[in-house]
Amino acid sequence: MTFTVPIDNGDSVKIAEEESQRTLYPYVTGTSIVAIKYKDGVLMASDMGGSYGSTLRYKNIERVKAIGKHSLLGASGEISDFQEILRYLDELTLNDNMWDDGNSLGPKEIHNYLTRVMYNRRNKFDPLWNTLVLGGVKNGKSYLGMVSMIGVSFEDDHVATGFGNHLARPILRDEWHADLSFEDGVKLLEKCMRVLLYRDRSAINKLQIAKITEEGVTVSQPYSLKTFWEFSSFHNPTAGAEGSW
Amino acid sequence: MDLNLDAPHSMGTTIIGVTYNGGVVLGADSRTSTGMYVANRASDKITQLTDNVYVCRSGSAADSQVVSDYVRYFLHQHTIQLGQPATVKVSANLIRMLAYNNKNMLQTGLIVGGWDKYEGGKIYGIPLGGTVVEQPFAIGGSGSSYLYGFFDQAWKEDMTKEEAEQLVVKAVSLAIARDGASGGVVRTVIINSEGVTRNFYPGDKLQLWHEELEPQNSLLDILNAAGPEPMAM
Repeated sequence: MTFTVPIDNGDSVKIAEEESQRTLYPYVTGTSIVAIKYKDGVLMASDMGGSYGSTLRYKNIERVKAIGKHSLLGASGEISDFQEILRYLDELTLNDNMWDDGNSLGPKEIHNYLTRVMYNRRNKFDPLWNTLVLGGVKNGKSYLGMVSMIGVSFEDDHVATGFGNHLARPILRDEWHADLSFEDGVKLLEKCMRVLLYRDRSAINKLQIAKITEEGVTVSQPYSLKTFWEFSSFHNPTAGAEGSW
Repeated sequence: MDLNLDAPHSMGTTIIGVTYNGGVVLGADSRTSTGMYVANRASDKITQLTDNVYVCRSGSAADSQVVSDYVRYFLHQHTIQLGQPATVKVSANLIRMLAYNNKNMLQTGLIVGGWDKYEGGKIYGIPLGGTVVEQPFAIGGSGSSYLYGFFDQAWKEDMTKEEAEQLVVKAVSLAIARDGASGGVVRTVIINSEGVTRNFYPGDKLQLWHEELEPQNSLLDILNAAGPEPMAM
């Protein structure tokens, strides 16, 4: 990415030139988001890690944010691109409020806006390197959808990004049902997050669960999950098979 | 972000070997990954070569397993022919032979540690390429990057067995906190004139580091304990 400023040194003048800035590959990344619809709205879980390649560099990144009064946005992928998306949404919600007409953007509208943004960036070969999860409740109706960095967009009763696709969705397919209580929803998400903690290299043991209902958004305090290591075969796996793993 | 289940099994790893005033302590994490997937979260990377010599394996799981298998086989024969336990130096040299002569094909870093009656407790580091370095302590694997500063500050000569083991457990635990390729439990093996002791430290037995929190059963417990107020924004 080059950005040359006009210089007049008498010999030549360079014109300001701005190539499109591209996220060619991500640097600081967030891992999975897992989200489900439940009785009163939507629950969304994510860990608080920002990985820098294989280093677990940042451990206090909030990857789930409230958007307006009715929506929750979770992001995996490049954190700087997520922060840029939050700025776009700030601008969107600000302009929406300035109309002062009593209307406010609902989750369906935000999801549609994000889909357009992601898809159009993809068409310019300049993607925002994120997979986004958008959940919300407006006028009693729950909404949950996701958009990928190439603009693939859809709604569902339960969604997951990254590793969550492989590890969490099978659990959700089996155990999700309509009208989950808050407690059951939290336990289901924690079950998914624990598996991700065991099996995803970029997961860290510090997560937040966010809830959105008609009343509004609440994001839990960060907390850690207990893990289980007391299988007898974990204690001495190579007894009798020296040299194996 | 892809699983890539066809990626070779690699023990990203943190491995450590430390001498103390009566023997050696070897330590390792327990994570084996295939790409970004954790194929085995409770692997045993500290492998026995003889009754008194063990090796910590890092890098390619397959390469390190086959090298240690060959060396165990050679050492078995050597012990019979010699009529007494093999020395740590001989074990290290056998590993070196394989590592050096196959350097183009192997991708494994090893730490050999043990006790013999001639030299007592010894640690030999054998990185990629087949160099052998005898050291008072050795660190290896991807997680070791995070430990150079720690050992520069925390290592001292003539530690007791307890001090040495605590140092190893602390170090592996710190590396696990920052290296995505290391994780799981901390395993240690202590070798001295009296024999060999294996220990196992699951995640919940280790101390918490910066920005780590006390593990809970569920968010519901926290919410119920906090009382009827809603979650803070």
